[in-house]
Amino acid sequence: MDLKRFLFIGFIIVILFGVVVLVGASTTPPLVLIVSMVATTLSVVTPLALGSLAGIFCERSGVVNIGIEGMMLTAAFFGWFGGIYMNTILGLDPLPSMLVGVLVAILTGGLMGLLLAVLSVTFKVEQIIGGTVVNILAIGVTGFLNRQLFFESNGLFGGQLPHAPGVLPRIHIPILADIPVVGKMFEQQPITIAAIVLVFVCHFVIFHTRWGLRTRAVGEHPRAADTVGINVNRMRYINVVIGGMLAGLAGAYFTLESVPSFEPLMTNGRGFISLAAMIFGNWSPIGAWAAALVFGASNALQINIQFFREMIPAQFAFLQQSYVLGMVPYVLTMLILTGLIGKTTPPAAENQPYEK
Amino acid sequence: MDTVLEAKGIVKRFPGILANDHVDFDLRRGEIHVLLGENGAGKSTLMNVLYGLYHPDGGEILVKGKPVKFDSPRAAIAEGVGMVHQHFMLIPVFTVAENIMLGSETVKGLQLDRKTVAAEISRLSHQYGLDVDPNALVQDLPVGVQQRVEIVKALYRKAEILILDEPTAVLTPQEADDLFRIMRELTSRGVSIIFITHKLREVLAVSDRITVMRAGKVVGSTTPAEAGEARLAAMMVGRDVTLEVEKGEAQPGAAVLAVKNLSVRDHREIEVVQGVSFEVRAGEVLGIAGVQGNGQTELAEALTGLRAPHGGEVRLGGSDASGKTPRYLVQNGLAHIPEDRQKHGLVLSYPLNDNLILCTYCEKPFSINGMLQNAAIDANAFQLVRQFDVRAPSPFVPASTLSGGNQQKVIVARELSRPIKLLVANQPTRGLDVGSIEYIHKQIIRKRDEGCGVLLISAELDEILQLSDRIAVMYRGMITAILPAAEATKETLGLLMAGATLEKG
Amino acid sequence: MSDPVQAKDKPARWDWGRLSGLAIPLLAVLTAMIVGGVVILAAGGNPFAAYLGMFEGAFGTLNALSETTVWATPYILAGLAVAIAFKGGLFNIGVEGQLTLGAVAAALVGYGLPALLGGPIPAVIHLPLTIGAGMLAGGLWAAIPGWLKARFGGHEVINTIMMNYIALNLTSFLLNGPMKDPSPNNVLARTPNIADSARLIPLFEGYRLHWGFILAVLIAVLLWWVLWKTALGFEIRTAGTNADAAKYAGINVQRTIILSMLFSGMLAGLAGAIEVTALNFRHQLGYSSGYGFDAIAIALLGKTHPAGVVFSAILFGAMRNGATRMQFLTQIPTDIISVIQALILLFVAADAIIRVIYRIRTKEGRAAMTRGWGG
Repeated sequence: MDLKRFLFIGFIIVILFGVVVLVGASTTPPLVLIVSMVATTLSVVTPLALGSLAGIFCERSGVVNIGIEGMMLTAAFFGWFGGIYMNTILGLDPLPSMLVGVLVAILTGGLMGLLLAVLSVTFKVEQIIGGTVVNILAIGVTGFLNRQLFFESNGLFGGQLPHAPGVLPRIHIPILADIPVVGKMFEQQPITIAAIVLVFVCHFVIFHTRWGLRTRAVGEHPRAADTVGINVNRMRYINVVIGGMLAGLAGAYFTLESVPSFEPLMTNGRGFISLAAMIFGNWSPIGAWAAALVFGASNALQINIQFFREMIPAQFAFLQQSYVLGMVPYVLTMLILTGLIGKTTPPAAENQPYEK
Repeated sequence: MDTVLEAKGIVKRFPGILANDHVDFDLRRGEIHVLLGENGAGKSTLMNVLYGLYHPDGGEILVKGKPVKFDSPRAAIAEGVGMVHQHFMLIPVFTVAENIMLGSETVKGLQLDRKTVAAEISRLSHQYGLDVDPNALVQDLPVGVQQRVEIVKALYRKAEILILDEPTAVLTPQEADDLFRIMRELTSRGVSIIFITHKLREVLAVSDRITVMRAGKVVGSTTPAEAGEARLAAMMVGRDVTLEVEKGEAQPGAAVLAVKNLSVRDHREIEVVQGVSFEVRAGEVLGIAGVQGNGQTELAEALTGLRAPHGGEVRLGGSDASGKTPRYLVQNGLAHIPEDRQKHGLVLSYPLNDNLILCTYCEKPFSINGMLQNAAIDANAFQLVRQFDVRAPSPFVPASTLSGGNQQKVIVARELSRPIKLLVANQPTRGLDVGSIEYIHKQIIRKRDEGCGVLLISAELDEILQLSDRIAVMYRGMITAILPAAEATKETLGLLMAGATLEKG
Repeated sequence: MSDPVQAKDKPARWDWGRLSGLAIPLLAVLTAMIVGGVVILAAGGNPFAAYLGMFEGAFGTLNALSETTVWATPYILAGLAVAIAFKGGLFNIGVEGQLTLGAVAAALVGYGLPALLGGPIPAVIHLPLTIGAGMLAGGLWAAIPGWLKARFGGHEVINTIMMNYIALNLTSFLLNGPMKDPSPNNVLARTPNIADSARLIPLFEGYRLHWGFILAVLIAVLLWWVLWKTALGFEIRTAGTNADAAKYAGINVQRTIILSMLFSGMLAGLAGAIEVTALNFRHQLGYSSGYGFDAIAIALLGKTHPAGVVFSAILFGAMRNGATRMQFLTQIPTDIISVIQALILLFVAADAIIRVIYRIRTKEGRAAMTRGWGG
């Protein structure tokens, strides 16, 4: 990650935090606002961080994955459904039900990853089309099952939307969360914590382990890897499934940690923004996380500014309109992709099926 | 003399081709055994079988007398076979150490142990006189050093049998001599080497034994003492080959191309062509000799409108052509046979008739008021296919179905059927069979005799020496000398290609 | 290999053997419907009843036919939009946003222009302006990612997707704000009705089949002609197949990229405009949802050829139209259509699956379309 990009990220984050502090300055001390922003940012960045990790594993091994959005959506649905099934039909307690849900979500993501792998590696389908297939399938299947299972009178729940087991509880990290004021940002839900840990773990795996070296080799020059005895297609399969599982965990965030319900298309483009974060982070986990933080921060701004609706000076009233702030991540993504803020180098062999 | 490696009756088929037809080959300890044949003879296929990259459809392999089955390169490596491919199997963005350890990584717990590997590499490289820096990024290394990395890679895996596939394709004559020195050093320590090439002079310089392949079969084995170039060439091609092309005296006229102080930058903003100046006159062939990677590609791109020059001037037929578009240049008499025919020269999925009007589709008679005229396009295709002897079932088949030689003929047909002043031919015969090579050489001389100026850029010294009237040498982006062909010898050119300068006077 | 061409056995430019390429798409549809039938079965329904209901709903009566063409019209145009971008070597995933903004722009001109000019405008001026506004908006919306790709190499897949979300936000803002229907009982995010002079009339009394369908088919023919009979079309196709060779051939690849996207967006915008002027007579939030991905499936099923796109669009239109009747008769949710369409796309994309199932031998190779994110 070069200096230009770090500075840009830092600059934007400072601005975003600054707006909140300024607007709420009259009622709340800055430190409280900053802590609140950090806590919210870390939480909302979770699907983006996990999504970009998913993208990194796939692309580093040479498979372009624009189906992360679909993988997240499918996992969100099935994870949610798994939790409800355990809780309502099998009578399990809420917390274990939700954990089962998370597992189901991860598994679902892995299966969607397997689908992409089969299409891209075995059938050598154009990878962007493969990703589109995943996305369309996700929308169709989740839409259909959502209606069939929950809203039809002959569905599993007799047409009545069952009570969901809830959302995963916040974990109070000992010592750190007890610090006055600042401690609030150390109380996070499990998937959020897992995401942060995974960023660093994955960074280590990609750059400092045997698996990472071989994966990167397969994504840069698969023939070279083949000549030293590495099974290129097998590596790609496994990496894409890992990516799918990470996307699955991101899906679990939506329906088991963020809100206890499923809405069609609820992922709302975050799978695609993850890809932008990945590109801007130059295919490095920590880099992508830093880029994702920018998006997360703008999202957090949108959320936090709701609390100060009355305080906003007239000139900034338009900020209230969620549509305006809502456009920021997307515009930022496009700006990033122009490459004006630093050049990025994709894995050299991506998007090309390997032929012996 | 014990046999370390033996291949018996190897058969390998690909769709439509019998690449290896019951091939027998053996290698003795400590020898340099050359496998000779022209492009497409089946040499690389055989070696890929011996390295476990391909599975043979028939036959068997024995290492030190023991039958083995190579399911993958891993198995071959385990039996002591190492291979240095023609196109390097190195990952540019990795370091030397990372490339060398890939696949046989040393780890401390879960983490890669880069330090230990680096130390071992230093030790090996000093032992064999192959200095490489373990921590350098491969993409920053010159080609000769990258090749050494490949050799160290094989030695790191304890290779006793080393296969070198066309290693000198990317080296200057001096670098090639260096390589031969290293090879002898290795054989003196018990390593056995299979050396694949199609260059006759190297064969005689370095081999202990020579096996010649042609069209998938072994034609015969001999030694340098028994066979000379002519005999080897005849064995390679199956008939007597005129190694010289018939050509009369050149009758040069006015300059059709004048290049003054041209500099060109590559995509990394590095100046790869540094202020070159030269002229090509009508009715002559100016050959630019030089090992690939010294700026020839960018020079050709600048002259044909594919890359904007950074400085200097280009004049085509008297008028300014610096930085003009390809279309302008084509309309002003430029023809270009590109280096990479499948990338720049043809649209493989298009039928031949579309490929034949690729540059002229917007002009009459192929296009009137923006609308394509199919009748004219098709008539043109029929005529050119016949005139240039393109072997294809019809002019409507996709170009991808043609052989390399015929694809090149399509390009030649397209470019040479226009009225042209200057032909820029960049590596025009790379990867082609001898028949196609002869054909293209004839066409180049024909155009020259018709009064066209020809700029021939080639890494094949023989081609340059055969066809050129004057020869320029390019080294590190500069023209180090321009001399009449009569005065040029392989030795002189080799020195110039490696950076020496001519003595004045 | 064979001898050089003889004068007597002159081969032809077109041979009917090419139509064998149709086998794959047809079999893909068939297989998808079979798998879809299995899904219906698993969800507790009767696949035969479902498909019969769908067929009846799509073609059973004259009204059904009319409705099918109504559905097919935007599909044809959206599918053509994706197809022309593909031909230019680009993936336009932004049809959704371009179509929406086309609808919004058409609605604006439809209701806003008479108000602006202070009186009614003759239809012969108003209608083309309305439709033109839609095409312009869509074209512009697509040209922006096109320019970003040509100038910076920014990959059009993500950029067009981003433009979709921006368009969504923009439309929400407009339809909840400045463009909101001010009539007293209205709480919905929608525009006022457009003036009569901006409406496309139906072809026959009582049916919704409108001139837009004819227009769409004509545009398909026009597109075919441009792509294969003009020098511009040659340039677009060549740049889309092999940009390097195209540069060589003197084609200005940056220009073709922008033009392909511009045309693509204009077609998408036209689809949106026609929906407004011929069907809904206003634009409401959510009206144009879902066309984007459908368009991709339609274009690929039609092998990105205008004729194929028309037929695929009619098929998809039939399925969407028939699904309502199917749901009415069998209680199977219409969302099953999305599943079937995804399956169709799956089988078309991975045609190797179809080949294996039905033992068809393969012919030509495939052309690489993109190069990852490197641009």
